Order: sequence, then C-alpha cells, then structure tokens
Amino acid sequence: MSTYYAALFADVGILLLGAISVYIILATGQLSLGNAGFMAIGAYVASYLTVKIGLPLMVALLLAAVVAGAVGVVIGFPALRLKGIYLAMATLGFGEMVRSFFLNLESMGGAGGFHGMAHVSPVYVWGWAGSILLLVTLLERSRVWLEMCAVHDDETVAGFIGLNTTVIKVSAFGFGAAVAAIAGGLFAHHHIYIEPGNFGFERSIDFVLAVILGGSTVAIGALVGAALLVFLPETLRFFADWRLAAFGVLLVLVLLVRRQGLLDRAMFMRSIFKARRA
Amino acid sequence: MSIVGGFAGCFVLLQQLVNGVTLGSVYTLIALSFSLVMGILGVLNLAIAELFMFGAYLGFSVIARGLPLPLAIVTGMAGTTIIAMVIEKIAYEPLRDMPVIAPMLSTLGFSIILQNLATNIWGSDPLQLPPELFDTRFSMGTISIGAMQLVVIGVTIVLVALLAFIVQRTAIGRALRAVAENREVARLLGVRAGRLTLVAFALSGALAGAAGVLIGLHYATVTPYIGVETGLKAIAVMVVGGTTRIWGALLAGPLIGILEVLTVVYGGAPVRDFTVYGIMILILLLRPQGILGGASTEQGLRV
Repeated sequence: MSTYYAALFADVGILLLGAISVYIILATGQLSLGNAGFMAIGAYVASYLTVKIGLPLMVALLLAAVVAGAVGVVIGFPALRLKGIYLAMATLGFGEMVRSFFLNLESMGGAGGFHGMAHVSPVYVWGWAGSILLLVTLLERSRVWLEMCAVHDDETVAGFIGLNTTVIKVSAFGFGAAVAAIAGGLFAHHHIYIEPGNFGFERSIDFVLAVILGGSTVAIGALVGAALLVFLPETLRFFADWRLAAFGVLLVLVLLVRRQGLLDRAMFMRSIFKARRA
Repeated sequence: MSIVGGFAGCFVLLQQLVNGVTLGSVYTLIALSFSLVMGILGVLNLAIAELFMFGAYLGFSVIARGLPLPLAIVTGMAGTTIIAMVIEKIAYEPLRDMPVIAPMLSTLGFSIILQNLATNIWGSDPLQLPPELFDTRFSMGTISIGAMQLVVIGVTIVLVALLAFIVQRTAIGRALRAVAENREVARLLGVRAGRLTLVAFALSGALAGAAGVLIGLHYATVTPYIGVETGLKAIAVMVVGGTTRIWGALLAGPLIGILEVLTVVYGGAPVRDFTVYGIMILILLLRPQGILGGASTEQGLRV
C-alpha cells in the first residue's frame, strides 16, 4: 500500500470517529453542528500532553477524551433546553467559540498552529477507530441504546415510562464529545501539525455528512459515509473540481429518496442473519 | 494635550461607529433573510449564507464590467432570488412535513453546491473591486464617510422599508403573517400556503443577494468563503434579534456590527468572534424570543 493510500486510510479512520461522535448524540435526537469544537479540544489537549508534558500518546488521548467529555457534559445541560434547529444553532456557535479560543491561545501557537507531535501510523489510527466502532456497535445491542432510541423517538413518553431523559441526553453529549476528542488527538498526531482552521464549521459539517449519507440509524453507516467522503473524490478524479458539489447533490438526494442513509438498521440485521444461516 | 487626545479619541470612536453601522447594515439584511424563512416557516435555510456569497460575485461581475452599481444590485438580487426559489422547490417543499432537521440539512447540501460552483466559476483567490469606486469620501469635520459606505447604509434602509411595506401593508404580506401565525388555520381560511412559502424564500433570497453585493462594497474584495464567515455571523444576529420576530434584526444588526468594530478598536480583535457567538448562545438559552422580548412563545421551542 503506497503512503498516499495509507494517508487516505488514516483520514477515513479519523472522519469515522468524528462521524460516530455525531451519531451518538444524534441517537438521542440531538443534532450537533459543533463537534469540530470537541475535536479541537482533543487535538490541543492531547498535543499539549505529549509535546509539553511528555506523556505517552495513549494516556494523552484518554485524558483528552476525559477533558472533552467533561466539556460535553457541561454543554449537554444547557442543550437540554434547546431542540432541533435551536440546538443546531447553539452548537454551531459553540464550535466557532472553541475555534476562536484556540486562535487566541498563544501558548499553543495561536493562529500560527502547533507542531512537534510524533507521527502515528494509519494502523494506530485504525486501532482506535476500529475499537470505538466495535464498542458502539456492541452498545447498540444493549438496553442503554434502547433507552436512547426511546428518547429519540419521543422524549415525553420516554420520561413517562420512567427513563431519566436528562441523564441519557447529557451522557450522550459527553460520550460523543469524548469520541470527537480522540478523533482530534489522532488527527494531531497523524498530521503532526494543527491550527485552529482545521476545526472550523466545515469539519463539523463533514461529520454530519458522513452520518447522514452513510446511515443515521446504525453505527456501521458512519464507516460507509466516512469511506465515501474520502474515497469518492479519489475515484471521481475526472471531475475533481466538482467533487464537493457532488456531495451536495448526494446529500439532497439521500434526504429526498432515502432519509435513513445508504445503510439502515434493518438491512444490517438482515445481512447478519443471512450470514448466520449460511 | 489631554484634551486634544480626548477629542481624537472621540473622533476615532465616531468614525468606528460609522464603520460599525455599515457592517451592521449588511448583517441586518442577511439576518432578515434568515429570519423571514425562520419566522414564517420555522426552518433554518443554511444556503442563505452561500446565496449571499453568490450575490457578492454576481454584483462583482457586473461592476467589473464597468456597469453601474444599481444594475449590480439588481443582478445580484435577481440571481439569488431564482436560486432561492429552486432551493424551495427541491430542498424544502418535498421535506416540509419531516422533522425540521431534514430541510435544514438539504439546504446545507445546496450551500455546499453553491460554494463549489462559485469556486469553479470565479476561482478561490480573492477578487478585488476596482479601487476608483472607493475614492470618493465625504468629510464631516474629522469623520470621513466613504461614498460606498453611504451606498451600503442607504440601500439597506430602502430595502428594509420595502420589505416592511410588503410584509405589513400588502395582501401577500398579510398572508405571510397568517402562515407564520398558524399554517393550517391560514390554509383553512383560503391562504395558498404552498405558494407563499415560495414567496418567503424568494424575498429572503433577494435580501441575501443584495447583502452580498453590499458586502463587496464594504470590504472591496470578494472570496468564496465570505458566506461561512459573514453568513454564520448573521445567524447570530438573527438569534439576538429573536428568531420568531422578523424586525428584531433591525436592532441586532447594527448592535452586533458596532460591537464588533469596537472590540477591534479597543484591542479586543481576538475575542470578537468569541463574544458574538457567546452572546448568541446566551440569548438562545435565556431569551429565545430575542433581546426585544415580548412573551416567550411556543414557537421559541418549535421542534
């Protein structure tokens, strides 16, 4: 595998983690347009810990996830008051605030960016991405996930049947933020250079795109979406200039024709079932 | 010495207020564009940010050919109006009864398409407007106002007045307000809601296009990225003005414009965006009805 394709694979892994972070929060019916903010927190905290403190990357990533998760929980509480587009707008504002914050954090390079991280291989990135995808796929078969779906489908009824909707929604935010932070930490250590511009609105949109295109009802959909977003432009070289527009068209088409995304839960279950019978 | 310094400081302040109002005018127009669709249909049309950018380029192309400014503004508005109507037909109408996140994401699809289109047509490097446009300046004492700043403020006032007339005084405006109040009841009373949705999108597109041409005049350059920069800021302006009342933007636009310019003058440039989005989030949480207030309504939490 050439270095070029190796780099693309690493990008898929990082985008997959970002998409999963959106997916987890979306599973409770909350759309976040600011997950690049959590990713930025992860990238900067992890880089600070490895470069300036000298911690091993594994520890740094976990600590970054904890920090971003805590921020996610803090954001999750006020987010309870907002729904739909209002939540989308608030999270969008949060993402821009985080970007602006790091733009002014001179001790971490400010607008000039930050470097000095040790490079990690795509295999390492995929170690994390694969484990977290597996974790979320297992989580999907648990009771906790059923409760999250209940909150997604009808929050009021979920409350009536005795579910603690507050805890479920806030923890989803915290968990999603932690996953986004790991994506950020891996991004920083794969690209060995970060600047606040890496974590703008477009990045948050990429995550959402991957989830909506790939399938918003099953975690593996995020993988399909992420792979599509990274590899489709490569295979469509002949209209490289129009690849973004192609995604725009694809997004509109998916929403019009197949709102659950390319993959959905039923299809996923069917394929497992068939495989078992065979 | 100190008195002279004081005067100078005062003039700097006045000068910056003028600049702030100019920027605020543009914010006001885009925020009105957002809140027309948001207030009437309860949908966030994210493509407005890029419609605005597209308007800027259309206006630029006209001015670059040496044609008069009014023609540029009309071209910008006409172009974006048509695109906005296409967006309504493809991205909004079929998804109207879905949860509001669906139409918002499909307008996002259009904003991606529009940005890509602009990059391919006009390139991703910034385009400069001819500098002789900006030579004329009027001095009032020590404050000087560029002719273009006056144009920006003047056009904004005219457009806002026109919009106010349409919304408050015409039959279409009355129908629009009825749909905003309650779509189903309005339909029962014979209002053709479907067609009015198209009108709302068209008006909103026209405002975004005009704002685009004006921002070109304000900054003297156009890039494909002004949509994200200024458009997102305009969402904040709309929220501060109140998402369910259209006219809050008239106050919030100049307010945010002046606030931004002042933070830059007094050494706060780094915290500018941080402050603006921070205020937006606070307003969303504490006063979803906007700074102007009024009773917080059901619509404040429209799902």
